[in-house]
Amino acid sequence: MAEYLFGLAFLAYAGAAIAYAVDARRPGPAGRLATWGVRLGWVLQTALLVDQAARADAFPWATWAGSLNLFVWLVVSVFLVWGCRTRFRLLGLAVMPLAAALLVIARLGGGIGTGGRSGYSTTFLVVHVGLLSFAFAAFTLAAALSGLYLWQERRLKEHRPVGLLGRAPSLLTLETLTSRTIAVALPALTAGIVAGLVRLRNDGAPVDALMAVTLGTWAVYGSYLILRYEAGWHGRRAAYLALAGFALVVVARVGLQVGHFS
Amino acid sequence: MTLTLVGLSHQGTPVAVRERAFVPLARAGELAASLAGEGEAVCLSTCNRTELYLVGDDAERRALDAFEGVSGMPGEELRAVVYRLTDEAAALHLFRVAAGLDSLVPGEGEILGQVRAAFEAGTTGPVLDRVFRQALHAGKKVRAETAIAESPASVSSAAGALAQQVFGRLDGCRVLLVGAGHVAELAARSLAARGAAIAYVANRSPQRAAELAGRFGGRGIDLARVREVLAEVDVVVSSTGSPGRVLAQPDVEAALSSRKGRPLFLIDLAVPRDLDPAIHDLDACYLYDMDDLESVVASSLAGRRREAARAEAIVAEEAERFREWQASREVVPAIASLRAWAEEVRAGELARVRGRLGLSESQEEAVESITAQIVNKLLHPPTVRLKEAAAGADGGGYAQAVRHLFDLDDAE
Repeated sequence: MAEYLFGLAFLAYAGAAIAYAVDARRPGPAGRLATWGVRLGWVLQTALLVDQAARADAFPWATWAGSLNLFVWLVVSVFLVWGCRTRFRLLGLAVMPLAAALLVIARLGGGIGTGGRSGYSTTFLVVHVGLLSFAFAAFTLAAALSGLYLWQERRLKEHRPVGLLGRAPSLLTLETLTSRTIAVALPALTAGIVAGLVRLRNDGAPVDALMAVTLGTWAVYGSYLILRYEAGWHGRRAAYLALAGFALVVVARVGLQVGHFS
Repeated sequence: MTLTLVGLSHQGTPVAVRERAFVPLARAGELAASLAGEGEAVCLSTCNRTELYLVGDDAERRALDAFEGVSGMPGEELRAVVYRLTDEAAALHLFRVAAGLDSLVPGEGEILGQVRAAFEAGTTGPVLDRVFRQALHAGKKVRAETAIAESPASVSSAAGALAQQVFGRLDGCRVLLVGAGHVAELAARSLAARGAAIAYVANRSPQRAAELAGRFGGRGIDLARVREVLAEVDVVVSSTGSPGRVLAQPDVEAALSSRKGRPLFLIDLAVPRDLDPAIHDLDACYLYDMDDLESVVASSLAGRRREAARAEAIVAEEAERFREWQASREVVPAIASLRAWAEEVRAGELARVRGRLGLSESQEEAVESITAQIVNKLLHPPTVRLKEAAAGADGGGYAQAVRHLFDLDDAE
């Protein structure tokens, strides 16, 4: 069952990615097809996660591959909030190939099974893994938005905006969505980090490298919000800072290894 | 019933003739009603075309007479400029018009509304109702499935579209017009139509500034105060006849500090240019001059032409659907006549023998049912074949053959 659901979800995401690429060259029906591909893939992956949860005795996404599976679902969920609008189709071109590729990596790492046994309680894992995955997913979207902002801003500076007119969100919209996404994700990251730190203290364990990177990520995104709303940082500077934060998210995600939760 | 189109358009007819043949919308309805008579008629008249769509007898002659009456031009002169199309070709032409493919600027959006208005004012029946509804559908489909109408087609609309690319919705965006000439006014209209507020108009002549500002609900200011209000506005449109620069880079840089990173979009429509090109190098400043805007429009039009090829395929599909529908109308009366004749034979023969058979009520019902089924089964293959033939080119011939073989009257 899980294999079928994974296969179909992957096909839908990969199909959506291809359709977004076609739409970027020739806007039209391919864009609508891509939108439905994302929706269908999300429903299928949701069914996959429900199936995993039903079969597992404990939190099924505690392994790095399992959490990657959950992460992909969260990325697509956040994207679905506004990503299916016509003007955001170029964003789909950045997000959906990534989602399809990460889903395959999660599958190869055994992330669609019931997960291994962990020494941690299910409640802790739900809070810690769930919140961190959500925050990382939102930061991924914020990075895609920032990337799109920089690309579009460059096109405007080069006086070559024609291909984009009417087909991409405005610079201000992209900037606002980036900061709002980060503003929503940062509290989740904070809560996830606090849960991890409390657990470390109870276990008498030191802060490991991965936690240090996560704390660095928190510092960068915290600075982003302060600089954006208090110091009036806008435009390219703010976009580069969001991308710098995402670089740390990538390090944290890559740093997740088998055994981090065991 | 043949669909006939007689018309003239910007493709081959000079404006001097087009303006004489123009029919205002209010009058187009009356003209259609008078032309329709027992049939159907729609008059589509815009600044680029006047076209009469008719269904009925002697349609072409009546349309030419109408053109003569409207334009006051002699028939021979008119015949040299008008085009005449019938059935599928007329439908394809209308679908291309509705899709904006026959417009001066491919994909322009106004024509779809004009086709709708002409349709609503016309005197329509089954054929024109069908062809105009399909035209409106084709027009919408082309705009939804291609990018033909997405990009700007004039310098002023390019300025508005570019400002939207920076700010999104222009509601709440404040515009400063520097110069109060016709070009500035056009750009202001484009921006105001997208929701922007024309906050200030600066001009050497305070009277002219106040006059233009008043038209958009803004304030007229002296040209010397431009630097002062720069921090308050989001879009600057400059089009003075000044030989020197109206704004230099340091002027804008000074205003940026109080803008807290909010972008500033500047449009320089003046030749020689009013705004220092170095302004474009400032962070969050986007300066477009006349050449930039014209190059945006040129690429945009090239893009529209590329999309036109895809749009042509859509309208061709619609024209094919119309042809199939029209062909099916040819065979439907023949099928109806055939079935009526068969039913008449069945009922007649049953009535003839009913008394001799001495059947009970339930037996009579059974015989009714069986004979009806036999007739239906016998007529099913020719009915299907006729409908299939209608989808091809020879539906009319088959319908004629059926009428001849079964000695049927023309049923309508």
